[in-house]
Amino acid sequence: MKLLTLFLSFAKVGVMTFGGGYAMIPILEREIVDKHGWASSEELMDYYAVGQCTPGVIAVNTATFIGYKVGGGVGGVVATMGVIFPSLIIIMLIAGILTNFAEIPAVKSAFSAIRVCVCVLIFNSVLKLWKGAIKDKAAVVLFAIVFGISLFFDVSPIVFVVFCAAAGIILTRTGVRGK
Amino acid sequence: MIFLRLFWEFFKTGLFAVGGGLATLPFLYDISTRTGWYTQAQLADMIAVSESTPGAIGVNMATYVGFTTAGIPGAVVATLGLVCPSIIIIILIARVLKQFRNNKTVDAAFYGLRACSIALIASAGLLVARITFLNPGALQLEGAAAVLKGLLNWKAVALAAVLLAATRGIKPLKKLHPIVFIAASAVIGILFSF
Repeated sequence: MKLLTLFLSFAKVGVMTFGGGYAMIPILEREIVDKHGWASSEELMDYYAVGQCTPGVIAVNTATFIGYKVGGGVGGVVATMGVIFPSLIIIMLIAGILTNFAEIPAVKSAFSAIRVCVCVLIFNSVLKLWKGAIKDKAAVVLFAIVFGISLFFDVSPIVFVVFCAAAGIILTRTGVRGK
Repeated sequence: MIFLRLFWEFFKTGLFAVGGGLATLPFLYDISTRTGWYTQAQLADMIAVSESTPGAIGVNMATYVGFTTAGIPGAVVATLGLVCPSIIIIILIARVLKQFRNNKTVDAAFYGLRACSIALIASAGLLVARITFLNPGALQLEGAAAVLKGLLNWKAVALAAVLLAATRGIKPLKKLHPIVFIAASAVIGILFSF
């Protein structure tokens, strides 16, 4: 029963995610953290960070992580199957029937507006996550470094993840953390 | 055996593409040139559809390529191939993390990683915002007023203002599921031809 709920919840996340892994965060917050309590906001951030620097699609990596936490290895597989299920159905329908789907004017208009909405939702998520996770000056500095560099330079997320993990350890050991 | 080859090609893509769905693109170009299963023009169409449908872009791409190459079973096989390495690697990592959850060094690393995650999400959001709200072409226009008028996509700005007010300011609306706002935006986009 738990596995079915897991599958359906992640299918819901899959169908509601427009525009890639980061657009998934507001939906995951709602479904996984608020509704089912399967993970905390902090854990979600941890999984997202690890999902960035491990191979594969971030949405899938995050789903496997949460699924594993809820129901072990089987849970990991079930959550992943859930998150990819809507893609399979929707893409096959479009590929088979609506070959010029992305060129339809109404589709283009709808997606231009959805992008606006996704920006607003991500903005809200970032504010919420900030309140939960950025609690001292050192974390603000780390945020500023990654944010600033990633905006202007094409650096692989792996570099940031490795850098921040190391910085986290050093800042904690030297007692800078928490000030 | 086309299915075995499809699975293998996407398994490799899932194993080596690090950093999300768009990181799979170079691999998909490579598959196209090596196997001839689909042309690069077809790939461009597939990217457009994958970006304008729900779901992870990498997963959508795998399904589309698999379907184009070998029908419905092809779509399933390619998608499973793509996610297989993720499932194996993440379950292994999750196991290790579970054991070391209370380890001080692991906790310290995650303290740094959370700031990193939020920064990466914020910058991804800002990059989407840039293409959503700005028309860089307007800088070529004559006169400051014309540039200012053309530079911002005013319809998008107005919608964003309404959505911000609704999701942050208005109590009964705040609690609504994000998909409500996404659906409402889609309708507004069609009605006002964004």
